[in-house]
Amino acid sequence: MTEIAAARPRESPVAALFRHSRHVLTQNPVTAFAFGLFLLILLAAVFGPYIVPYDPLASDTTQALKPPNAQHWFGTDQLGRDVFSRVISATRLDFFIAVASVALVFLMGGLAGVAAGFFGGWTDRIVGRVADTIMAFPLFVLAMGIVAALGNTVQNIVLATAIVNFPLYARIARAEANVRRDAGFVEAARLSGNADWRILVGQILPNVLPILVVQMSLTMGYAILNAAGLSFIGLGVRPPTPEWGIMVAEGAAFMVSGQWWNAFFPGAALMVAVFCFNLLGDGLRDIVDPRRRT
Amino acid sequence: MMTLIIKRAAMAVPSLIGVVIVTFLLTRMLPGDPAAYFAGPAATPQAIQEVRVKLGLDKPMIQQFGRYVVDLAHGNLGTSLTTGQSVVAELRTRLPASAELTLLGLLVSVAIAVPLGILAATRPNSLLDHACRIISTAGVSLPVFFTGLILIYVFYYLLGWAPAPLGRLDVFYTAPPQVTGFYLIDSLIAGDPETFTAALKQLILPALTLGVFSLAPIARMTRASMLAVLSSDFIRTARANGLSSWTVIITYAFRNAMLPVITTLGMVFSFLLGANVLVEKVFAWPGIGSYAVEALLASDFAPVQGFVLTMAVMYVVLNLMIDIVYGLIDPRVRVET
Repeated sequence: MTEIAAARPRESPVAALFRHSRHVLTQNPVTAFAFGLFLLILLAAVFGPYIVPYDPLASDTTQALKPPNAQHWFGTDQLGRDVFSRVISATRLDFFIAVASVALVFLMGGLAGVAAGFFGGWTDRIVGRVADTIMAFPLFVLAMGIVAALGNTVQNIVLATAIVNFPLYARIARAEANVRRDAGFVEAARLSGNADWRILVGQILPNVLPILVVQMSLTMGYAILNAAGLSFIGLGVRPPTPEWGIMVAEGAAFMVSGQWWNAFFPGAALMVAVFCFNLLGDGLRDIVDPRRRT
Repeated sequence: MMTLIIKRAAMAVPSLIGVVIVTFLLTRMLPGDPAAYFAGPAATPQAIQEVRVKLGLDKPMIQQFGRYVVDLAHGNLGTSLTTGQSVVAELRTRLPASAELTLLGLLVSVAIAVPLGILAATRPNSLLDHACRIISTAGVSLPVFFTGLILIYVFYYLLGWAPAPLGRLDVFYTAPPQVTGFYLIDSLIAGDPETFTAALKQLILPALTLGVFSLAPIARMTRASMLAVLSSDFIRTARANGLSSWTVIITYAFRNAMLPVITTLGMVFSFLLGANVLVEKVFAWPGIGSYAVEALLASDFAPVQGFVLTMAVMYVVLNLMIDIVYGLIDPRVRVET
């Protein structure tokens, strides 16, 4: 024993994390590409507003509706605002909406699902019924209804996106918790006198976590699409705030007269972000849960 | 068979009850006083009180809910504040436009996705297989309103092949006499090929937009289930007996592989009905989605509530139909129940 311990000194947690990430990224080049794209989006979200060449809100009517050129890479909109600056600055808001809604549904759906799978009985029935009721609606339509009823704000877009994703998280967490409720380590924890909630938080939740994290990255793309769809029809974000969905909506009118850049670039940014999250999610799932690969 | 249908129908009842409760709760969550809201911005306190009594908002919650259910049973979804029209009447006149678009969208998506999935499964890891994966991933990544705008730009502005994206029919044509409400079918019944072509031209782009967005689950499922079936014993036997490879793929494998694909149709309809709202806005389509969006922006809640309810009921019924069709096709399901 001592020889082995001496031969392989314990890695520091940071080094272990680094080694594992490198393993994950070299496994699949597509995942590595998606991860690079993700870092780029993250950079744009954090530093975007500070590095853009123009003020995203400043209009200059002499420069209105100019096609892409050397000064304005993505052209200018009907008020002469720089589309490039607006697309980059919008990353923060769109990214925030996606992350916030996914984090929220992770908390709501993950906890409710784990509790349902672990306790069974009434908890299970109530969570299952709530999930079924949400699933009875076409999801985007329900999100529209929720935002319309709760009020037209960004917070409610986040909440609505979280609610429509609730069944997905609750079901996965429930199934994963259910198979583990009588596992050996749970029995051991129970025998050593842990209370139920303590087993739930200390034993079950950490085991279900990786699968839920994969689910988070898979639903990020859907969350961003859903939020952009809502703002496209005029809910949540209000002009002149730069946001991809609303920018596409504002540019839509110019599409029929040939000024394509107004709607194209924010739409393309949206597409790249969703594509990146979907690829990243698929890659993570293949690593965490290879059986579900299609 | 009848018992299966009745059992499945009974299973849809809790969903419908849930839908009614949720749509009721949505109105009660409206910010502020709903009576002041329904009375309009210029109402006096007295008028608000009148509206409150008239709408029964002074009664306890449970009575309000009872009243809502009774209204629903009478087919009353309230009146729109902006147009003054009854919501049910408006939804009824606009529903055929949405239904025609959605069904054609489904048709387009099945017509692309199923052959693509079959071809990808027969040649795994070929160029075509990768193309299938890329197309289906790109399909779900493309925001549906963005696809629509790109199609408009390319086919209307650049190529001039498509008509202006402004509704169901060009202004030069008159709508065919209403029989089904579907312009394609009505114009054929009226024996008017010109109107048929005109209506079809208007429909192609929005239907294609919907199809591209919703083909991913069908293509993926077709591919996966074809792969599973093709590796089974009876396919090997069929091949060993010297049947031509197309007979094996279409008659033997495809018919068995279709079963899981039918179950994904439920998810596809969720996609289609949601995306429908966005596509209708892009193409100025006079369906129930654009009606709801207009009402939403005017803070007119009754049409939105009616719209959400209609969509949810349609979705529940569609899922029920999918289940029943599945039972008809696969006798094993009947034995189990």
